[in-house]
Amino acid sequence: MSNMLEVADLGHTYGDHEAIGGLSFTVRAGELVCVVGPSGCGKSTLLRTISGLVAPSRGDVSLHGSHLAVVFQDYSRSLFPWLSVQGNVEFPLRSLPRAERRARAAEALEWVGLGGAARKRPWQLSGGMQQRVAIARALAYRPSLLLMDEPFASVDAQTRFELEDLLLRVRREHDTTVLVVTHDIDESVYLGDRILVLSGSPARLVADLEVPLPAERDQVTTRTDEAFVELRSKVARLLNVGKPALDVEKWAAAERESLSETVSS
Amino acid sequence: MRAFTRGLLGIAGFLVLWELLGRSPLLPAHALPPPSVVFGELVTQLTSPSFISHVVATVLALLIAIVIAIAIAVPSGLVLGSVPAVRHGTRAVIEFLRPIPSVALIPLALVMLGFGPETKITLAVYAALWPILFNTIYALDELDPLLVDTARVFGTGRLGVLFLVALPSALPFVLTGIRLAATTALIVMVSVELMAGSQIGIGYFIMEARSGPGRMDQVLVGTVVAGAIGVLLNNGLERVRRRWVAW
Repeated sequence: MSNMLEVADLGHTYGDHEAIGGLSFTVRAGELVCVVGPSGCGKSTLLRTISGLVAPSRGDVSLHGSHLAVVFQDYSRSLFPWLSVQGNVEFPLRSLPRAERRARAAEALEWVGLGGAARKRPWQLSGGMQQRVAIARALAYRPSLLLMDEPFASVDAQTRFELEDLLLRVRREHDTTVLVVTHDIDESVYLGDRILVLSGSPARLVADLEVPLPAERDQVTTRTDEAFVELRSKVARLLNVGKPALDVEKWAAAERESLSETVSS
Repeated sequence: MRAFTRGLLGIAGFLVLWELLGRSPLLPAHALPPPSVVFGELVTQLTSPSFISHVVATVLALLIAIVIAIAIAVPSGLVLGSVPAVRHGTRAVIEFLRPIPSVALIPLALVMLGFGPETKITLAVYAALWPILFNTIYALDELDPLLVDTARVFGTGRLGVLFLVALPSALPFVLTGIRLAATTALIVMVSVELMAGSQIGIGYFIMEARSGPGRMDQVLVGTVVAGAIGVLLNNGLERVRRRWVAW
C-alpha cells in the first residue's frame, strides 16, 4: 500500500511553548489512523500543521494526493450560517460547473443520510445532523486525506455511536484515507486501523499500534471483544506511563469530564 | 396581533391628546392645529403636485445619500477591519471627525458646494457614514476564526475569505448600521433643507409654510410626512434584515 501522508520530524513551537516535539509517522492510502493523546498535548496543533493552517517550525508534511478536507469539532461554528445545507456542501466545489456541483453535493448528502435536508439552514438541524453536513462537505470535496479534529466530542453518546458507524461506512464505501484526532481511547480503538499514541506536551510519538480487529465493527460486540478490551488497556497504560504527575492528573480530569458528559446525556 | 392592537391604541391616545391640546385655550390660537385639521390638509396636499415633488425630492436625495454612504463605508470598513495598520493609522482622524455634528458643517458645505442638492446629499452622507463604518469594523472583529479556517482548508485565498466569509458574516451588523444611518441621514437631510441650501424638499416646504402664510397645519403636514418616511425606512430595512439575513 502506498503512503498518502508522510510526516517527518514535525515540530512546532509557539513563542517558548513547544507544542509538538518532532513527530514522524505515515498514513497509508485507504487507512483510518487515530491519533490519541491527552487533552492539550498538541493534537490540534498537529492537525493545523498537517492541514496547512499553520506553518510548522520544523520538519516536513507531504501529502501524496491533490488536497485534503477537515472536519472540525465545533460544527456549529464551522458551517456557514448564511448558506443552506446544500450551499455549505457546495462551498469547496466553487470551481466546478454548477450542475456538477449540485450533483456532487446531493450525492454526498445522500451518503450521510441527509438527502431531504438540502434546503434547510444548518442552525435548523440538530448537532449530530450538523456534523453530518460537515462530513458531507468534506466528502463532496473528494479529499485524498480526510482530517478530523475531535469530530464527535460535541454530540451526545447515542449520536456519537451513530456518527462513528457512519464514518466507518462512508470511508469503506468510498475508500477514503482518514486521520482522526481524539482524546477518547475507546473511540480510537473502535474506529482505527492503526493508533498513534502521543505523550503530553510537547507531543511525542509513544507508540504506533495496529488494531487487530476485523473491518466490520459493531458498537455492542466490538466493544466487548477481547482484542478491543486488551488494546484499550494497552493504550490507557501507555498514556499514563512516563509522564509527569501533573499531566496525568490533567488527563484524568479531562477523561472524567468526558465520561460525565456521556453519563449526563 | 395583541402588540399591534396595543400599538394602535397608543397612536389613538396620542391623537386624542393632540386634538385636546390643539383645541384648548392653553396654547395661542393656530399654534398647534389639531390632527383633524392637519390630516384634512394632508389629504389635500397629497393630491397637490407641488407637495409631491417636495416629498419625492427629499426621498430621492435621501436614497442617493444612503447608497453613497454604503458604497464608501462598507469597503472602508472592510479595509479598516482587516488591516490593523490602516486602522491604527486612521484612528486619530476618525475619532476627530466622528463627533462633529453634520449640521455644524452646513456653512462650510454651502461655500464649497453651493445651494444645490449636492450640499444636503453630502452632509447626509457624512452623517450616515459612521454607523455603517463602525458596524462593519465591529462585525469583522467578531468574525469567527473557525469559519475562516474552514474556508482556508477548502482552498480559499485571502480575497475569497474576504468576500465569501467576512462579508456575509458581517452582513447582519452592516444592515443594522444602515438602518441607524438611514434615520440619521433623514434628520440631517430635513435639517439642511430647513436651514439653507435647497429650493425643494420637505424641509423647504415646512420653512415656506411657516414664514410665508404662517400655515401651521401645513408645517405639521410636512412634519408628519417626514416622520412617516422615517418609519417606512426603518421598518423596510428591518424587514429586509429578517427576511434575508435571519441567522
